[in-house]
Amino acid sequence: MGKVIVVTSGKGGVGKTTSSAALGAALAQNGERVVVVDFDVGLRNLDLVMGAERRVVYDLVNVIQGEAKLTQALIRDKRVETLYLLPASQTRDKDNLTPEGVEQVITALKNAFDWVICDSPAGIERGATLAMRHADVAIVVTNPEVSSVRDSDRIIGLLDSKTLKAENGERVEKHLLLTRYDAARAERGDMLKVDDVLEILSIPLLGIIPESMDVLRASNVGAPVTLADGRCAPSLAYFEATRRLKGETLPVTIPGDKRSFLGKIFGRKAA
Amino acid sequence: MTDVLTQPRPIRLKGRSFLALSLTPELPFEDWLARLDDLARRSAGFFLRRPVILDVEGLDIDRQQLRDLVSELSARNVRVMGLEGARSALLGADLPPAMTDGRPAADIEAPVSEQADAGRNLHVEAAAPASPQPTQTQAPAPQASPMPSMVVNRPVRSGQSIIFPEGDVTIVGSVASGAEIVAGGSIHVYGPLRGRAMAGTTGNASARIFCRKLEAELIAIDGFYKTADDLEPDLRGKPVQIWLDGETIKAATLG
Repeated sequence: MGKVIVVTSGKGGVGKTTSSAALGAALAQNGERVVVVDFDVGLRNLDLVMGAERRVVYDLVNVIQGEAKLTQALIRDKRVETLYLLPASQTRDKDNLTPEGVEQVITALKNAFDWVICDSPAGIERGATLAMRHADVAIVVTNPEVSSVRDSDRIIGLLDSKTLKAENGERVEKHLLLTRYDAARAERGDMLKVDDVLEILSIPLLGIIPESMDVLRASNVGAPVTLADGRCAPSLAYFEATRRLKGETLPVTIPGDKRSFLGKIFGRKAA
Repeated sequence: MTDVLTQPRPIRLKGRSFLALSLTPELPFEDWLARLDDLARRSAGFFLRRPVILDVEGLDIDRQQLRDLVSELSARNVRVMGLEGARSALLGADLPPAMTDGRPAADIEAPVSEQADAGRNLHVEAAAPASPQPTQTQAPAPQASPMPSMVVNRPVRSGQSIIFPEGDVTIVGSVASGAEIVAGGSIHVYGPLRGRAMAGTTGNASARIFCRKLEAELIAIDGFYKTADDLEPDLRGKPVQIWLDGETIKAATLG
């Protein structure tokens, strides 16, 4: 029986899709069977970030409405053979997702995969609540700025009330993934500091992903950053996050804390 | 939030409870209405200007029957302001709103009649508070039971509301920006208060707000409120208590 993870945030543009793809690819590189499900019906992006946009035939809505079998809609990644994508429909909208249909698809995926990663749409409406409905684990993606933090707080409240686990009196395991973190700007006070975000949200930290051109570059070539360049700073942070997700205890490094002597001097001068 | 800030004159919202008559109709309605007419004949104007709640709990009727009954009553100058014990299928936009959480109060004296049994059959009893947020201050006979309280053992997240008109609310944790606590009594927050706290909403001017760390967006006691901008800046981030002095909200740090 696989684990269902929802990657969610409330706010848009914080890095849910990028993180879903990067974590999915990182988990699959260890040989575990991973499927990444795009719940953003009508605004699908995950296929682009994973470089599968030209191979989409059937999608999640087709499967839910019985127009295609699950196996027909799943797309296997060309680089990592245990990584699959279940794309969203671009032509339909979120009203086509039914609670019963989503339940059937998730149950089938849980039986076939070790990890089912649900990439939630932004917002708190139908798409987002259905994406989180069956989650065992939630990854709350947050940028270090006030609006993102407040929206994440709202989402955590929904995770504690609207999920199946919550309704059965259990708790969804929640982790914070702080993305687009810029140490220099946090230092200047332009961004919230890590401790401030943790104090407000009070959930355990899964990782801090530094703001980096590598992420943008990877998206543009259609590869999860953990596949495009496994050695760059954001990739290393995603790999560490996956290890924590699997239960390892690792100290979280705050990017930019160990800058070189020269980097410090020039960094200060430039600023 | 922005709406509140741009309003030059605040609107005061308060819960208030009133006494209403509660009528318990019985099937068949024709007989019951005949008995009601009999009572009304003996004391003209008994129902005039009296708010009436219709208790339809356990009655096996449909919406049309209820609609007919309400119009029969209004033809007799009995104005039904709410329905108690109605199934949701019975309710509609053209019918009086549903009332919940009614509390018994002292009986209202039925008009004196020579035929006492007719009056008794009618079930004229004292009735439900007219407001969805009942208060004890308006009740003629104050209840002897102690003030209830509510304890919340987890952080209150943005978008969540804790509403407890019956008494005090204690939060062991934080209250996030965009969350709100509404209490009939005092509010105690053992953590940072970043959202809204409204105490004494049912007309309790002696209610207070206490918090470990004041970063609230809005605080209110008995309908008087202050937004974050109106709070003294040097109280921010400190353990603070807030109370009402006449019509002024006062705040001071806790030792």
